[in-house]
Amino acid sequence: MNVQQKATLQKLGPFIALLVLAAGLAITSPDFLTVGNLLNVFRQVSINALIAFGMTLVILLGGIDLSVGSILALSSVVTALMLSHGVDPVVATSVGILAGAGMGMVNGLIISKGKVAPFIATLGTMTILRGLSLVFSEGRPITGLNSDFFAMLGGGYVAGFIPVPVILMLVMFAVFWFVLKRTVFGRHVYAVGGNEEAAALSGIKTDRIKIWVYTLSGAMAATAGMILTSRLNSAQPTAGTGYELDAIAAVVLGGTSLTGGRGWIFGTLVGALLIGILNNGLNLLGVSSFYQQVIKGVVILLAVLLDRANKK
Amino acid sequence: MKRVLSPLLIGLLATGLIACSKQGPDTQVAVEPTAVAGQLSVGLAISTQNNPFFVALRDGADAEAKAQGVKLITVDAQDDSAKQISNIEDLIQKKVQVILINPADSDAVAGVVKEAVKAGIKVVSLDRSVNGAEVSAHIASDNVAGGKMAAEFLMEKIGGKGNIVELEGIPGSSAARERGQGFHAIVDGKADLKLVAKQAADFDRAKGLSVMENILQGNKDVKGVFAHNDEMALGAFKAIEAAGLKNVVVVGFDATPDAVKAVKAGQLAATVQQKPELIGKMGVDTAIKLGKGEAVDKFIPVPLDLVKQ
Repeated sequence: MNVQQKATLQKLGPFIALLVLAAGLAITSPDFLTVGNLLNVFRQVSINALIAFGMTLVILLGGIDLSVGSILALSSVVTALMLSHGVDPVVATSVGILAGAGMGMVNGLIISKGKVAPFIATLGTMTILRGLSLVFSEGRPITGLNSDFFAMLGGGYVAGFIPVPVILMLVMFAVFWFVLKRTVFGRHVYAVGGNEEAAALSGIKTDRIKIWVYTLSGAMAATAGMILTSRLNSAQPTAGTGYELDAIAAVVLGGTSLTGGRGWIFGTLVGALLIGILNNGLNLLGVSSFYQQVIKGVVILLAVLLDRANKK
Repeated sequence: MKRVLSPLLIGLLATGLIACSKQGPDTQVAVEPTAVAGQLSVGLAISTQNNPFFVALRDGADAEAKAQGVKLITVDAQDDSAKQISNIEDLIQKKVQVILINPADSDAVAGVVKEAVKAGIKVVSLDRSVNGAEVSAHIASDNVAGGKMAAEFLMEKIGGKGNIVELEGIPGSSAARERGQGFHAIVDGKADLKLVAKQAADFDRAKGLSVMENILQGNKDVKGVFAHNDEMALGAFKAIEAAGLKNVVVVGFDATPDAVKAVKAGQLAATVQQKPELIGKMGVDTAIKLGKGEAVDKFIPVPLDLVKQ
């Protein structure tokens, strides 16, 4: 087996784990392997996957974005407030996503221009933005979003049976795959994450790359927020709490290195599916939610430990 | 080969872990495709297990399910509406016959409740209602009866005559409306009883204190106070204590740990206690009736208790 074949196999690792897990569940739970349930899982996964796509770029840079859950909540609150005041749903949704992008851009500016470690910078904005979403919503869920367009974002179907969020997830997957694989921007992200100094010396505007990556991460979190708000038919100021950890877990499970420079978006999709299928399967098997958390944690740790062992 | 082995191991370990947990108490569930004839499978979608009230509700449902031979699958939303929706979607895929839902947010679950009903599943709401979707039944504390209970106790304590005060919860909230309605059903129209003040203190202890202070400025001879919750009752007691008044009968609602302590110390006369385990038990009983195709009431009130010295 030559080096390249080994590398390909290693990349496919998470995918194989996914297949094994799915096969295990198909045997133990008769409700698992049905078209209805698989579409159900994909729809549940879409929110985490969208956030995780943005997070993949952030982690490829060697950074981290803890503020995604708060961005999701604040942009949802902004959009819901507009909707409940009768603003056109297309406008309200666009403004919500742009607001999320703006919040991400602020992260990028603090990190690149302010030279603050990403962990600290986004920890700060996470707290600020969560506070703001409580301020704007007065701590209560915002309801009364009477809009068919908006309801369709989270609850609609394409061709009668494929949920809209699943389509959105697949489209964004294709976009991110193309950007990372085929564009100059994508190559620069890998370069900056691999060795920032070398990247800067070879003429890459590293600050600009960072700002764009965090902006994208914010926009993706906001997009996920639109779907969530549509599904709940209300914006919750506490929505998205802990979602940053699920997104990071999906990225890491997918084989992207937390030290930056190495990883791919397909892995992230698989990682998100692994977490989603684990949640769904454990529910179908009637496992207590307390044990569910233990099992999820163990699986994440095992994945990372085995990955480490392989790289030695 | 090592590289292929490791993911395989992860997968196997994950499946192994699932298999381990199957030896737990609620796991005979796993192998059955759908409910065996005569055996009902019920999903309990609970808002959180980080709050003793809901843990007691779950325990009540668990115990009754065991006693009646019902398969009960509990899913916990951890106070996250999005997680609750996913949980209920999974219960729909699991093809349970009845879902008992204790909404994390009454509005947010409407969509998924409609989906469940469309899939032929009966839905019963527990403690909190569902806004925007029809359910088969709603099971919650009988706040009207609680208000009556508090009023009767208050009357008895003050000998049926004198000046009384009512501290209202957030105006328009269902708890404030229903508790007040029960209270007025008893005290209204009594010749010797005079409601000298009825004011909102929004379920808040600090507001309970300041509102009661203001009331006492104008009415020194207050004999009894009914507060729509314990927080306001405890605030009112502080005002009464500060005003140097003795033997004022204060009755609260909810039986929070603070209030129960205050009752034991003789500061509050009584507090009305909800029975979460009974809500859970009645949820399972109602699910059994629905499973048999029997008719059930749209609203099933759960009786309350009075905690007194």
